[in-house]
Amino acid sequence: MIVGARFSAIKGIKPHEWIIRFVFGGAVCVAAGLIAQHYGPVVGGLFLAFPAIFPASVSLVEAHEKQHKRRAGYDGANRGRIVAAIDSYGAAIGCIALAAFALVFWIWLPRTSTWVVFPLATLVWLTVAVGLWLLRKRLFHKPRQTRKEPNHSR
Amino acid sequence: MSAELSESLARFFIGGAVVSFFAVLAEIFRPKSFAGLFGAAPSIALATLGLTISSHGPRYAAIEARSMVLGAIAFLCYAAATAWLLWRHKPRALSATVSLIPIWFAVSFALFLVIR
Repeated sequence: MIVGARFSAIKGIKPHEWIIRFVFGGAVCVAAGLIAQHYGPVVGGLFLAFPAIFPASVSLVEAHEKQHKRRAGYDGANRGRIVAAIDSYGAAIGCIALAAFALVFWIWLPRTSTWVVFPLATLVWLTVAVGLWLLRKRLFHKPRQTRKEPNHSR
Repeated sequence: MSAELSESLARFFIGGAVVSFFAVLAEIFRPKSFAGLFGAAPSIALATLGLTISSHGPRYAAIEARSMVLGAIAFLCYAAATAWLLWRHKPRALSATVSLIPIWFAVSFALFLVIR
């Protein structure tokens, strides 16, 4: 399986982690609105792509992986940071899709209905994100080498 | 309650809910490189553009979206730098992400000055 979903991971999210994400997300949305009000839509628009919860999510990824390894009897600090790096790498790919989402809004919003632009931009974001992720996997992912069986025929 | 305050409250609660939803998606998907895609989801834009369109109109929101492209390029530089630093030097994730945030500000405002 290329991609899997583990719904039991939701149970592992602690209440304070939910609160951090909710409050940070809400606060950045309010801040983006206030900045647009004071400095205009050109400056305010930049903050629509502000990495609002990125620091919090990457640190939580590190903490979860560390805990997971500790339960197995390892230190887990190094492994946690490597997984956090992989998560950040995925986010970097996601940024290209984020730019495609914004591009759809910029070009189509003055020309067509909002009800068309919202689902269209979301679909473009998802397609570009997943497409680039699959492309990267196809181009750079090296298959694991299997150990060769010794040749006893001679 | 003033219209400004009620709009800010709506932004806060809708923003918090949308960001939390994408955070849950990032938590449940495997492998982590795929889950990371949701770390750069258009959560703030989805939460606020609807409100912006209803209060200021679609042309105003389109101007915001144009700047958002620049913000996304800055986010790309920031996320790539974070991935490199964590992979290469392995500092604590929070220290890496917080110390590199000036990259987002520098790149986005540099691009803003170029296209202004």
